[in-house]
Amino acid sequence: MDDLIAEFLTETNEGLEELDMDLVNLEQNPNDTELLGKIFRLMHTIKGTCGFLGLPRLEKVAHHAENVLGRFRDGDLEVIPEYVTLIFESLDRIKEIVASIEETGAEASGDDTALIAKLDAVYEGKTVAEDAPAPAEEPTQAEPETVEPAPDEPKSASGVETSGLTEGTAGIVSLEELEAAFQAAEVLPVEEIRKELEETQPDSPAIKGKEEAKTPDAPTANKPGKPVSAQTLRVGVDVLEDLMTMVSELVLTRNQLLQILRAQNDSDFATPLQRLNQIVSELQEGVMKTRMQPIGNAWAKLPRIIRDLSIELGKKIELEMIGQDTELDRQVLELIKDPLTHMVRNSADHGIEMPEDRQMAQKPETGKIVLNAFHEGGHIIIEITDDGRGLPVNKIKSKIIANGLATEEELSGMTDQQIQKFIFKPGFSTAAEVTAVSGRGVGMDVVRTNIEKIGGTIDLVSTEGKGSVFTIKIPLTLAIVSALIVESVGERFAIPQLTVRELVMTSAHGESQIETINGSPVFRLRDRLLPLVYLDKVLGMQGLTEAPSNDSDDSQPDQARQQYIVVSQIGSYQFGIIVDRVFDTEEIVVKPVSKILRDIEIFSGNTILGDGSVVMILDSAGIARISGETDNTDTLATTDSEQTSTLDKEIPLLLFTVGDNAPKAVPLSLVSRLENIDGSAVEKASGQMVVQYRDQLMSLVPFDPSYAIDTSKELSVLVFSDKSRTLGIVVDKILDITEAAINIQHEANKPNLMGSAVIQGKTTDVVDVGYYLSNNNKNWFADHPTDVPFGDDDTDAPSSQKTYNGRRKVLLVDDSPFFRNMLTPLLNIAGYDVTPLESAEDALEMCDHGHHFDIIISDIEMPDMNGFEFAEKVRSNPSLQNTPMLALSSHATEQDIARGKQVGFNDYVAKFDRDTLLNTISQTLTSDQSMKEDI
Amino acid sequence: MTADATISPIDDTQEELLTVFIAGQQFGISILQIQDVLRTQRITPVPLSSPEIEGALNLRGRIVTAIDVRKRLRLPKNDNAHERMNVVVEHDGELFSLLIDKVGDVLRLDKALFDKVPQTLDAVWREVALGIYRLDGNLLIVLDVSKLLNFDEE
Repeated sequence: MDDLIAEFLTETNEGLEELDMDLVNLEQNPNDTELLGKIFRLMHTIKGTCGFLGLPRLEKVAHHAENVLGRFRDGDLEVIPEYVTLIFESLDRIKEIVASIEETGAEASGDDTALIAKLDAVYEGKTVAEDAPAPAEEPTQAEPETVEPAPDEPKSASGVETSGLTEGTAGIVSLEELEAAFQAAEVLPVEEIRKELEETQPDSPAIKGKEEAKTPDAPTANKPGKPVSAQTLRVGVDVLEDLMTMVSELVLTRNQLLQILRAQNDSDFATPLQRLNQIVSELQEGVMKTRMQPIGNAWAKLPRIIRDLSIELGKKIELEMIGQDTELDRQVLELIKDPLTHMVRNSADHGIEMPEDRQMAQKPETGKIVLNAFHEGGHIIIEITDDGRGLPVNKIKSKIIANGLATEEELSGMTDQQIQKFIFKPGFSTAAEVTAVSGRGVGMDVVRTNIEKIGGTIDLVSTEGKGSVFTIKIPLTLAIVSALIVESVGERFAIPQLTVRELVMTSAHGESQIETINGSPVFRLRDRLLPLVYLDKVLGMQGLTEAPSNDSDDSQPDQARQQYIVVSQIGSYQFGIIVDRVFDTEEIVVKPVSKILRDIEIFSGNTILGDGSVVMILDSAGIARISGETDNTDTLATTDSEQTSTLDKEIPLLLFTVGDNAPKAVPLSLVSRLENIDGSAVEKASGQMVVQYRDQLMSLVPFDPSYAIDTSKELSVLVFSDKSRTLGIVVDKILDITEAAINIQHEANKPNLMGSAVIQGKTTDVVDVGYYLSNNNKNWFADHPTDVPFGDDDTDAPSSQKTYNGRRKVLLVDDSPFFRNMLTPLLNIAGYDVTPLESAEDALEMCDHGHHFDIIISDIEMPDMNGFEFAEKVRSNPSLQNTPMLALSSHATEQDIARGKQVGFNDYVAKFDRDTLLNTISQTLTSDQSMKEDI
Repeated sequence: MTADATISPIDDTQEELLTVFIAGQQFGISILQIQDVLRTQRITPVPLSSPEIEGALNLRGRIVTAIDVRKRLRLPKNDNAHERMNVVVEHDGELFSLLIDKVGDVLRLDKALFDKVPQTLDAVWREVALGIYRLDGNLLIVLDVSKLLNFDEE
């Protein structure tokens, strides 16, 4: 049955009981206006709810009864028993219908016209004809006077007088009642029955009325699908809480017993203890279940909030909720209610655009927010997805800088995702203006803190223009968690499993050893550098004299000992906690720490282990916070900022081997695909190896001319493609893709290499792709107007550009050696004479010394003097005023382009876009040339 | 504990105190606040906590925070610290164990013997003392448990 209907039924039955009682009271005190008002409201509520739930028959009866009650209330109809009788009749009809709904889930069909006619008659001021139709039409519905005492019948054993019984109809009812009572006795606990009996004892008519209200349930009790009202019990939350506490203690005691048992071989207690173990587990599960509530409860208010918001903001928003039935502990539910509401509000307020904006962005006018909840491995995952504008990286950036959370330099090295995560930082709120809806000073940092408080994590993925997905991961319950028990300096601690990703054993020597960078421990975990913290250091336990095991060996904690790394993850930040020993995982009952310890943020609680000792529960998020200097959402950034000096030189690289085992690297941005090509498919055309690839011929070249291509096996090929041309370089093995800074430390002695650099701790040859492109595909740049035939310094080659002073002189300013290294050969190949410089200052100096350049290409993001400032300086120099300038940037936004134009750049090119770069250079030069010729 | 202290019903003019000894000085703690007196327990240290906090211990399934009263009173470390006794008190819904050197008797004392704390006493002592009973032969300092447990602001 629909939850809503079930709830309605429970509520209506309660309401009806009250109505019965009140009506009886009303009959006795016809002038009690307060009572009249109450009765009217109750009937009104029933009517209203029916209308809402789509129960037309019920609604109609309630409506007409309400009309009559309305006249009572207004005082223009005297309350006389026959009218009350009529109302009772309506009530009985309502109960009858309600019972049918309980039974079948739908309204039973039936004819209410006679009843309604009577009600209308009263409403219109006529008296009710005291005639036969009523009993005749509703055979099971007796006159109220007769029905009223009926329920007492089966309970006469308890000493309740049966009075005023009329024969016939009452007899039928009482028989059903009798049955019902027996049913109830089987279904309800003794306590309940007793309560019911007690209620029936006083002779007040009001109570009898209440009893009567139960009659409609009775006939259905013995039918399949027991009435809803008897299936659910309302139990105080505190009762459940107490129960949970006791079960928790029981779990602890059981753990203790099991521990003792383990120490003893062959104990008589083994079997009963096993049984106890099982029962306690089941009990724990059962009690947990009583505390479980569908997450839909926390969402119940959201549709309304969204509706109101959309009106207030003039947006069109649709809210979709998936997985409402996903259950979680009510304590957890309570705690996530507010953060969830806040986030959904945020999505509606900041995420979803105005309808016009959406239309412009070619999205449906109606924005969509999807809430999705599901279970995953002992956790609940809640996703809040919107198809709105996403998180504006640039706005966030400027805010970060404005708030001093990070410098522009630090930001330039971060991914958009890292920047977006700044919204979880304290004091950050994305709304530029404070609206009434959100932005009340409570930002996402509060949401994050609240979620972390219950051991959960929050993450986000957002694409500008497309929308955002927030993912919340929370434990099913807070009371009992699975935790890893670890030891550091002789003391044990518990780390909740939720945050533990894996365990790594380290040794002092060999592969899995902890390395240090300027004293900070790090570990190479599958091609990732994992920042580490020593638990003893974090806890300030080094040299703690109370700890017994803390002797000389602790003075050198970094070496000589075998240690374990607990790889933990908070959000997307991974770090390792170094501990001395790792024990079992244990189910622990989280107990709050004493108030006087509460300000120690790395403990989320404490617990008693199976052996009876107290251990502190570590809060990984807290450790991440205090171990890094910044808080954990940007600790990702912290790991990056350790490499700040090389940040803007860090680019994705493809690593591979060929020939010898030395790894080779090539910028991933240059590689269009990686393919495995069957050697037998390789053909020869005009002396070149080619392969049919996507309906075209692709030249295959060996990495080094001295390596032969072995066509007997599958070939790993790096595919470079440009427009319709493709070139494949055959390599032995693709190793990895990594992000690394390239510092060419060793000049290459081979033309196909730029040089050697240390990447991932290994000496790696950096490949000059330009060499292959120029040597193996003479037509590679054929389409470019800047084209000169390849052949390294073939200055005599005819070119439209060549009319002016031989090779065009290009000043390239980029602080990143890699880009200088990549672009210089590229531009050389294209026929330019390139002067690469590291900084804008150097460039200005060179210009001041009278060097002439045909075009200046400058990076934007540079330390000290950035591209914009550089351009302004250049433009302020009269001799350079007309030198064309191109801005080069790894990410160009419209604002950047606008700013670039403003300060004097002729055009703006993305760094990786070789085509556009060459095109733009040539176009700029051409227009510059023609301008000069015009003059 | 001696039985004579509990023979006749107590009245308003009297008060019952458990006497404890710390560094030779006799102190009194109102028995109304005392939950338990325990022998030396295994105490789990709580890193990063105030130095006065010795750690946490398990008292029949409840976690009790242990306070080193010597440290709280700025007294030197006890030489045989392993023989300390735990006086468990309840404060603000939580249990705390006061680690002291030795437990004495429960005394029923006449409030007429009660005196204010002399102003000349050490500031820390003055803060945690409710007053002083002038006993025959020695003075007994009555400890204010809530003050004793409040050392965050110092």
